[in-house]
Amino acid sequence: MTRTEIRNFLITIVLFALAALIPLSDSGFWLSMGITIATYMVLSTSWALFSGPTHYISLATGAFYGIGMFTVGVGIELLPYWVLVVVAAVIGAVVAALVGLATLRLSGVYFVIFTLGLAELIRQIVTWVQTTMGSSSGLYVLTNITEPIIFWELLILGIIVYFIGWWINRSRLGFALRIIGNDEVVAVHSGINTAAAKIILFVVSGTVATIVGALLAPRLSYIESSIAFSPMLSFIVVITALLGGAQRLWGPIVGVIPFMLVWDFLTATFPNQTTLMLGICFLLVVYAIPNGFAGLIEKYSHRLRGRT
Amino acid sequence: MAARSALSVKNATKNFGGLIAVNQMSFDIEEHEVLGLIGPNGSGKTTMMNLISGALRISSGHIQLFGHVISGQSASQISRLGVARTFQLVRMLNSMTVLENVEAGGVFGHRKLWGGSLQMQAVEMLEKVGMGDAVYSPISALTYIDQKRVELARALMSDPRLLLLDEWLAGLNPSELQIGIDLVNSLREEGRTIIVVEHVMDAIRSLCDRCVVMNSGYKIAEGTPAEVLADEEVIRAYLGDDHA
Repeated sequence: MTRTEIRNFLITIVLFALAALIPLSDSGFWLSMGITIATYMVLSTSWALFSGPTHYISLATGAFYGIGMFTVGVGIELLPYWVLVVVAAVIGAVVAALVGLATLRLSGVYFVIFTLGLAELIRQIVTWVQTTMGSSSGLYVLTNITEPIIFWELLILGIIVYFIGWWINRSRLGFALRIIGNDEVVAVHSGINTAAAKIILFVVSGTVATIVGALLAPRLSYIESSIAFSPMLSFIVVITALLGGAQRLWGPIVGVIPFMLVWDFLTATFPNQTTLMLGICFLLVVYAIPNGFAGLIEKYSHRLRGRT
Repeated sequence: MAARSALSVKNATKNFGGLIAVNQMSFDIEEHEVLGLIGPNGSGKTTMMNLISGALRISSGHIQLFGHVISGQSASQISRLGVARTFQLVRMLNSMTVLENVEAGGVFGHRKLWGGSLQMQAVEMLEKVGMGDAVYSPISALTYIDQKRVELARALMSDPRLLLLDEWLAGLNPSELQIGIDLVNSLREEGRTIIVVEHVMDAIRSLCDRCVVMNSGYKIAEGTPAEVLADEEVIRAYLGDDHA
């Protein structure tokens, strides 16, 4: 490890340790906000692992998140909760691998549209299964898992995702993905199995999103397909990752915290116009800060270093 | 057979719908040989290169590399077997440094370097193509010929058994051209097996041991540069009936 890596590692540990103290403060608002931020931190960071280097914009996060929630919802009467989280992760990985095999030959807007459709497709299948089986439209997940526990679980998952991202960035796989993102023709002629590289990352990203869904299921207690498979979630993940900067591992977290604070204010003030607000946020991010906060920070730190 | 055939193309055909871009092409290239693939614009040279490198799938016929059938394999598999190439329109990895652009060629292909040895080889390769002082430059700072040199260094990083240069000398001014020719000549002296697609006649005369001439997808002549450039059908293909 280089010195900067050790420094960054220590900073990360300290920040996570500080964050882990939030539930002790006894403030309901900040705990709830912390869970939301932690949720999107994990989702955006894992989204950027795949989409950052390859520039494939995936809107499938909601689909995997929903799979995680429903796996817990369906199985909670039959299996222990912890087993269900593992089962959900396996289902998520398998679905991601299948979707990856089927779609990663698509590029650009076709890939975006397919991933957007995926969440809706799975939601329709779930609804169809529920109506033909004659069960009610929702599922109850009643556990004794409290909000602080969910928050800590998400933080641990976050650390794992950072570790995976750090490891990928310094591996051949990460180098391959950067080449793919620059020019896929060069990548294949350099001997890179582009399909395999993209599928591995898509599976990592999809599995993490599925686990997040499974971890959050106890928080909702009542799960409905329209909430579990929300396209809004996929869009927010993309916006926060772009706002922070998808090119850097620490980029998404820098985007998630301010966005969630603003978003909380916006949804409280304009409860009926959330979709409109989301669209405006998206346009602002894309036009005003195309490289995200990470891009801005690096630009200014280079300038500062240039002067001294 | 005296020398070992590095690449053997047999009846290679590629059609795009009704258009036959490469028609029943057959030729061989020996190890350590520099073969020129020439012909007028649109005669199918680049398509032929794409068939060899696997960028395009062959419609019929087959291609062997050192006796091993490579037609039908993917470009990445062919690259791992030792075929490296440059592109007609130079292809750079724009968000990466010059060094990383070169390193890209030596990690996943015919050679699988990593870490210190990768970086050492990449710097060495950059020095070889005359780019030793631009190791950490961004790609945007490079001129056209420098980008072409970086691309060549990337192709050489895999220590290819067969190197394909697709109009590598096109678009260079006269002094750059001489540098370019010298560079390819140094590769030839190393004993590399190279196929060049080229329009620059001076380069063909000074570089190629043998030429294959294509017109409208067919092979119309084969021989030493002097022979083929004197061939009536070749002159007709380039200049029209009046000159033949």
